Amino acid sequence: MLRFLVRRLLGVAAILLVVSLITFYLFFAASGEDSVVRLSCGKNCTPEMRETVRHNLGLTKPLLEQYWIFISGIFAGRNIGEKTCNFPCLGYSFANNQNVSHTVADRFPTTVSLAIGAVVLFMTLGIGLGILAAMRRGKKTDKVATGFALLSGSAPIYVLGPLFIYLFVQQLGWMDRPQYHQFTDDPFQWASGLLLPWICLMTIHMAMYVRLTRSTMVDVLSEDYVRTLKAKGLSGRSVYIKHAFRGALSPIVTVLGVDIGVLMSGTIITESTFSLHGIGMLAVTSVTDSDLPMMMGVVVIAASFTMLANLVVDLLYAVIDPRVRLS
Amino acid sequence: MTMQPQLVPEAGGSPNPGTPDSPLSEAGVAAAPQEVVGRSPGQLAWRRFRKDRSGVISASIVIFFFLIAFAAPLIEKLYGKDPYTRYGQIHPGLLNEVGAPIAPNGGISGEHWFGIEPAVGRDVLMQLVYGIRTSLLLAVVVVIIVTVVGTILGITAGYLGGKVDYVISRVIDTLLAMPSQLFFIAFTPIVLALFVSERETTPTMLRATALIIVLSLFGWTRIARILRGQVLSMREREYIEAAKVSGAGSGRIIFKELLPNLWTPILIVATLDLPTYVTTEAALSFLGVGMTEPTPDWGRMINKGFEGMQSDVTYLAFPAIAMVIFVLAFNLLGDSVRDALDPKSNR
Repeated sequence: MLRFLVRRLLGVAAILLVVSLITFYLFFAASGEDSVVRLSCGKNCTPEMRETVRHNLGLTKPLLEQYWIFISGIFAGRNIGEKTCNFPCLGYSFANNQNVSHTVADRFPTTVSLAIGAVVLFMTLGIGLGILAAMRRGKKTDKVATGFALLSGSAPIYVLGPLFIYLFVQQLGWMDRPQYHQFTDDPFQWASGLLLPWICLMTIHMAMYVRLTRSTMVDVLSEDYVRTLKAKGLSGRSVYIKHAFRGALSPIVTVLGVDIGVLMSGTIITESTFSLHGIGMLAVTSVTDSDLPMMMGVVVIAASFTMLANLVVDLLYAVIDPRVRLS
Repeated sequence: MTMQPQLVPEAGGSPNPGTPDSPLSEAGVAAAPQEVVGRSPGQLAWRRFRKDRSGVISASIVIFFFLIAFAAPLIEKLYGKDPYTRYGQIHPGLLNEVGAPIAPNGGISGEHWFGIEPAVGRDVLMQLVYGIRTSLLLAVVVVIIVTVVGTILGITAGYLGGKVDYVISRVIDTLLAMPSQLFFIAFTPIVLALFVSERETTPTMLRATALIIVLSLFGWTRIARILRGQVLSMREREYIEAAKVSGAGSGRIIFKELLPNLWTPILIVATLDLPTYVTTEAALSFLGVGMTEPTPDWGRMINKGFEGMQSDVTYLAFPAIAMVIFVLAFNLLGDSVRDALDPKSNR
């Protein structure tokens, strides 16, 4: 187990190094010095700012050296111009005069809250509906559940979000516009402020889990061991939830692993739709504001986060399905 | 225990029994007694598809959308408006002093069937019509690129195996795990900067090209992964071995033996991919990093409609509804194509 973990962590680190190197190259070398300076200098760039940016980015150094400065800066901190940038130094945003690490750390809880709440919601509801549909296969419940799944997966977030705000906030007045409150301040406010975005993300993602759970459950239910359990006289609930569902769980977890990247993409649009200031919003504004250093930091953090989440899912997979030996 | 009886007749979970060697559909069985008619798998799939009501309806909707995109200039001629002219600013009596359409429901009238855009005063119908063009054109080009590249890489990885397979698989895994939307957003300005050096206005075609490149860069993984798996299992089949024994080269085996068996997954993935790219492109434009003014685009329309939703929801409603209908129809079509081509799959 420990060997597996170490090996996988090293693998994640290697992939992250490659991804960040490619991103670094594309950001800071591929388009030429003038473009890089222009894309890093912000919207209201003066000639003096341009010179400072050009000087501080250190673009004249060889690419690998620049990359090394960036990577070692993350772990050891570095100086950018006159500014000192301490331990987890992801760079300095010239466009906004901010330390990238501070901004990212500031925005991170919003995105994580958004993602976690959405995962919990769409997993429980998606799997629940899927099991229900499989149990009542061919009946009305099945048709309603699968139909709902199909419909819900077809409305993009940027259509659903405005619709929800229009309906629940502006017309019915049931809730306020979504807002992020810190969980530690007030868990209830935290949840109610994020409820709409959660429902939005849930609706989009649920479809796949309903269909997947339904089809794997249907497969599992026709297996011999399920028939044996029924013949033994076990109650319906025990057969479905305890035994059949257990057998259907591993493909669902596999899909969850792939889905984390998609979820991350979803949070970007969700944050922009509901104007929540998370990592996704930061990514969009750093592009529209011409803020390459910030973008680089966001990419590195988001990539690391998704890779680690994937690793966690892989470990879960081994826990759920003992047949999978960690090799 | 009330569920028990219904499980027995449907055991196996496949509505149409049939093995790969004898793909008999209900249609094939019905025709058998009179005269044994040989039908190609394509004909069988077509027969199954024609019977699928939701498939036929969704196919008609999809064709309708494509026709509109194709015939946009013709519609423009017949309707007499174009998507760029600011009618509300030229003709008095369309927009009031705040820029809101005067006629009810977003300015819907005999002149402007779907109303006019608030503040700017462009015709909504024409923007919608040309908006489909933007989205579909981009999506179709991306799907073609992605399918070709993904097929080549997937087959190569599956067929050659070894180190090549390892490298391609790692790349696929990594790209699939990454939040692609973030990279779309991040890389689009970079790719643009490769083409346009100074802060000049970017031509529409360049923007579209940049989007296509970025979307394709990540898109090929899905089809490649599926085909790799298929080829991996096919490689061990007898007919491939037979081909090898009889001295067929790699090229012949790939194109004459493997590829004909892979058309089904390729077609299914391509149909399911297309709506994804339509929504992704619209998402980027919604976020303000995709197509820019004045190119008509659904994503940007939705964004603008969303901003002005409080006062008038009409300008949001049209592109939003159009988008949902399109995606829904395409998803249904994708499912029907899968059912027709691969009757054993139970989704």
